[in-house]
Amino acid sequence: MGCVEDLGYEVLKSGVSFKESRAFIEEQCEEVFYVDPGFRIFEKCLIGVPPIAIGLKGPVVMLPYTKPCYGTFILRVESTEEADMIRAKGRRKP
Amino acid sequence: MAFPGQPAWRSGQAADCRLAILRSLPGPWLCETSMNENDHTGPLLILGCPEVPVQQALALYCAYRFGEQGKELRIAGNTAVLQLLRVSDPGKMYAKKMMDLDRCIEDLSGKKLEPSVCLVFAHSDAGITYATTIRYLTEGRLVSVIFGKMAEDLGAQLDIPCEKIVEKAVHNPGQLRRKLDEVMGWAASKT
Repeated sequence: MGCVEDLGYEVLKSGVSFKESRAFIEEQCEEVFYVDPGFRIFEKCLIGVPPIAIGLKGPVVMLPYTKPCYGTFILRVESTEEADMIRAKGRRKP
Repeated sequence: MAFPGQPAWRSGQAADCRLAILRSLPGPWLCETSMNENDHTGPLLILGCPEVPVQQALALYCAYRFGEQGKELRIAGNTAVLQLLRVSDPGKMYAKKMMDLDRCIEDLSGKKLEPSVCLVFAHSDAGITYATTIRYLTEGRLVSVIFGKMAEDLGAQLDIPCEKIVEKAVHNPGQLRRKLDEVMGWAASKT
């Protein structure tokens, strides 16, 4: 496992609100898990409004990433290890 | 290393001695909380994107007010916001402790920082997101200061247990400062 910056990522959406990011992930992903703010993924604390939706498609992880000046991005990162970790630790329901 | 004849308090090896001398002097400028760099329970201010002018003024104002109480305010923000503070306060008269926002979140998560009081400034959806996250990471008093053109809408979205200050301020920090004074108990003292 490594930092999201090291793994490489694709930005699927940028400048979205947190509600929009949750709706997008729920709509796009086969598997959706929910976690609370501060949940550690890719060696970072997840910033967000609970319940934070994280989407999975096999080894692909779709997650929100918030920056103060740019709002929330939705990132797509491929990592079997992190996908399995989310399946083990995330909640199936909000 | 002490040179022959050099007083112990100048040797650099006698910090306790120096501190004892400083403590014996009158004045409120030295106290335990303000001088302890390792104090992880001191007040914390989380800043958002610096695009709304009132934020900068109020950040320095908060640092001044906490300083009056003998506390050093730790200010966390992104590179741009910290650089603005450095330029505004080159002598570090007010903004004495600053740290990167990402690192602050990590330290809060790891309980390296456990602020007794935390203020979060928010003027965007991202700011509300950060305020909510801070609530999850800290157990102390949380004061959310929501401002900017969208203040009322954003204030309604913030659904966490905290004290809220909401004011549609962009350029004029007067009303926000007054509300901060009331909430923080600074109203009694004169500026």
